[in-house]
Amino acid sequence: MFLCALLSVVVTFAIIFVLAKEAVTFFESVPVWEFVFGRRWTPLLEPRSFGVLPLLGGTLLIVFGSALVGVPVGLASAIYLSEYASRRVRSIVKPILEILAGIPTVVYGYFALTFITPLLRVVFPSTNIFNAASAAIVVGIMVLPMVASLCDDALRAVPDSLRQGAYAVGATHLEVSTRIVLPGALSGIVASFVLALSRAVGETMAVTIAAGATPKLTLNPLESIQTMTAYIVQVSLGDTPAGTVEYQTIFAVGALLFAITLLANITAHRILRRFREVYD
Amino acid sequence: MPALEPSANLARRKRLAGAFRAATMLLTWLCLALLAVLLVHATRQGLPWLDLQFLTEFPSRFPERAGIKSALFGTLWLISLTAVFSIPVGVAAAVYLEEYAGRRRINALIEVSIANLAGVPSIVYGMLGLALFVRWLALGRSVVAGAMTMSLLILPIIIIASREALRSVPDSIRRASYALGATQWQTIRHHVLPAALPGILTGTILALSRAIGETAPLIMIGALTYVAFVPQGPMDAFTALPIQIFNWVSRPQAEFHELAAAGIIVLLTVLLLMNAIAVIIRHRSQGHR
Repeated sequence: MFLCALLSVVVTFAIIFVLAKEAVTFFESVPVWEFVFGRRWTPLLEPRSFGVLPLLGGTLLIVFGSALVGVPVGLASAIYLSEYASRRVRSIVKPILEILAGIPTVVYGYFALTFITPLLRVVFPSTNIFNAASAAIVVGIMVLPMVASLCDDALRAVPDSLRQGAYAVGATHLEVSTRIVLPGALSGIVASFVLALSRAVGETMAVTIAAGATPKLTLNPLESIQTMTAYIVQVSLGDTPAGTVEYQTIFAVGALLFAITLLANITAHRILRRFREVYD
Repeated sequence: MPALEPSANLARRKRLAGAFRAATMLLTWLCLALLAVLLVHATRQGLPWLDLQFLTEFPSRFPERAGIKSALFGTLWLISLTAVFSIPVGVAAAVYLEEYAGRRRINALIEVSIANLAGVPSIVYGMLGLALFVRWLALGRSVVAGAMTMSLLILPIIIIASREALRSVPDSIRRASYALGATQWQTIRHHVLPAALPGILTGTILALSRAIGETAPLIMIGALTYVAFVPQGPMDAFTALPIQIFNWVSRPQAEFHELAAAGIIVLLTVLLLMNAIAVIIRHRSQGHR
């Protein structure tokens, strides 16, 4: 049984080892600075260029867009669930949010491509068929249940005595929620945002289907872009033999992806531990 | 004493509070509406294509003849093997961490690893599977390589859920068993595990339903997108439902998008059934206590 538990440590190191091994070989043929600061990503076409910034930019565009959707709506639902909703409403809404969280990402990709994109094209006729906006919106919907559930937990951990104290000195419901409960639950809320960000960075299928395969540095969400994850999928769908530079690129990009999500997850746990208000 | 007089802006503050309440409520119901829109949209597009032929035919270049037989069987193979690999290991790890582990340093390392693994993007597991199972162990692009990759992916979920279930077993049960002279293993085997079983089952079903919907790791290890046969053994190539859906969505023709919608209806039905089973198990075990 100890060995079964130890397996998780082994897997962690195996991930790091596998990613690092191929990435190191990659950096033997491509200098690190070209990878990190290069502004062109065309590893599959001549003239080759291995600047990861366009992929990183595409990923950040998705992360930012999804945060615009997921964070406010998720936080608002959490406030509603913990501060306003009756027990009956909670018992209906929470399972539905769980279902929303359990829908496979490929389904969200389909939804983005066949529902959100046509909708966007009605409003903004210049929208590309593959665009960052629709992908960002569904990734936002995807992280929303997680934000809502974690924030709800954090808000409910704030003891009722604080709320009642505020009501006693004449605060309205809004003032109690935003000036007493929210600050009290801030560490949990911020941690949930960071975790949402980490999930949006690693999200693969929806962005592969809906955001396109054109690595470019742009701030226009109506254009087609490519994220790090979508690039990895694109290469592995083709027939790329092991040992080639193309094959190694996906491990270099994967290593970067792993590093970003790991950093975000560690940060979230740190925030939770360091800044938690302890109530007794 | 101005502070004691009813404040002039009290009405404004109350209006603001009401507006805030309405806004949060509206946004919450918006989430639910989104789910409804998603389901209705997929059903409207896919339902006309969903018939017996769709379930019993292999994929085809011609949308009207295409079906998901190979994908259904592939998913069945994949999930069965994943369950066989991941459940014993996950539950054993949880039992170790909850019942045996002391305060040794290695245990802290295990805890940190599990917490981090739960947050690793699924595509990274796919890359691990590609390097480890497909190439290093030379399992090829087989069902068994896919199942092993999926097992690693859902292991943290199973461990976390099982630990919670074990933790909720009251200590009095353990002490009563010890008092009658049972060994630690007898206590775990005959008292703790049975008491924790509903929780473990619920967590496991939810973890497996996650594995059914995962697409990215399977693409990484090279599950095929066009398979016109049913896998006969664990070493055969395979496709799976989400892969088939992805394949259809990424074609430009509208007919294939509608086929994808039909596939999504099947996939979501399976997932909802599993969710329902998990909820029923949870509900019944709570009723008994």
